[in-house]
Amino acid sequence: MAKFGIKVKVNGVERAAEVEPRLLLVHFLRENLRLTGTHVGCDTSHCGACTVVLDGRAIKSCSVFAVQADGREVLTVEGLEQDGKLHAIQEGFFQEHGLQCGFCTPGMLMTGYAFLKSNSNPTEDEIRNAIAGNLCRCTGYVNIVKAYQYAAAKLREGGEK
Amino acid sequence: MIPRSFEYFAPQTLDEAVSLLGKLGEEAKILSGGQSLIPMMKLRLATPPYIIDINRIPDLNYITELNGFLRIGALARESDFEVSPTILSRYPILMDTTVVIADPLVRNQATACGNLAHGDPANDHPATMLALGASIIAVGPSGEREIPVESFFTSLFTTALRPDEILKEIKVPIPAPSSGGAYLKIKRKVGDYATAGVAVQITLNGSGVCQLAGIGLTNVGFVPLKAKETEAFLTGKTLDDATIKRAAEIAAGESQPIDDIRGSAEYKRDLVRVLTARGLNRALIRAKGGA
Repeated sequence: MAKFGIKVKVNGVERAAEVEPRLLLVHFLRENLRLTGTHVGCDTSHCGACTVVLDGRAIKSCSVFAVQADGREVLTVEGLEQDGKLHAIQEGFFQEHGLQCGFCTPGMLMTGYAFLKSNSNPTEDEIRNAIAGNLCRCTGYVNIVKAYQYAAAKLREGGEK
Repeated sequence: MIPRSFEYFAPQTLDEAVSLLGKLGEEAKILSGGQSLIPMMKLRLATPPYIIDINRIPDLNYITELNGFLRIGALARESDFEVSPTILSRYPILMDTTVVIADPLVRNQATACGNLAHGDPANDHPATMLALGASIIAVGPSGEREIPVESFFTSLFTTALRPDEILKEIKVPIPAPSSGGAYLKIKRKVGDYATAGVAVQITLNGSGVCQLAGIGLTNVGFVPLKAKETEAFLTGKTLDDATIKRAAEIAAGESQPIDDIRGSAEYKRDLVRVLTARGLNRALIRAKGGA
């Protein structure tokens, strides 16, 4: 089957590759680019461990073909930290103990990153609704909600971070 | 899970997409949001040899009122509904529908037009569009044609779209003043299909009598169902408690559920009864200007 040339900006860096059309975005990130922070969990579009931000929207990278990302921008968990400083959402998970095994965490972080851009002062209900597509089997979500609240407060006071 | 190999096309115009579809034949599949198609391809429940990705076609992402109709373009994402001022202010039934579909991440990709074109009786927009009396615009080699949603779902996963046609737009008549609607869905968990769902849309006249009623049912038949007897029963009546109770019983009788992992047929029929009554009450409040 014919390969397809794509150019995708991943974490600010332009990456070009020849890929089979059936290659899923998550495999492009993990196997072609070796960005293994994005996890494959259920592989059936339920768990959200593979969440990345595509042109500003959080999506499940196991349910999008890499060719669909041609000419677009992807942000993965590897792109959150800037100049050696954790992003506020990462700091929130660190401070509030928002993870145990850590498997869902990259997806939770990317959903949170996109969500807090559109809602800087969310209620607990809004946070719980925002993470409805991200499953966590360890925390019971309580500390994840706290981590989002921490990040929201930090972003509100600091602007950047 | 890796889908079977396929050839990929990313046309830049609708004309180009239609001509590709004509050339490649009925085995070609249109990719819009892909949130049903791609999981099916990964499970190899679908193995299309050709994919025509319409996401590069400009001007198909719109939700706008024009010439008496709400028009929803092929690339309007579910999450676009949640921030559309038109939907937020005037179509609570569509907001009800969108927010119970899958989860926020899936809704960032999934489209309402795809939700119809897929022909799945478990999808949520079909019932709502049946209640709203919507139609779809199909574009094919000889131009556009309009198909009422009422005659769009022909059997399980099968629609009135011809193999060389693309669903370009959903067209909803703008409801008259004193109209109200609601969509209610019972599901086991976030991301699940409906155990049962009911869409209700009513229009009242000046003295509060129901002039127009639309009722659509989700996942209680092999196709999305329009509860026509219930609609006829409601038309011309004042929606008091006894009328709503009777209408709900008629709607339950019109449903055709089967026993499955989500519940027994008897349970689902009763859900239709309960949801129809709740939906009518909510639609009534909204028709009178409430939330």
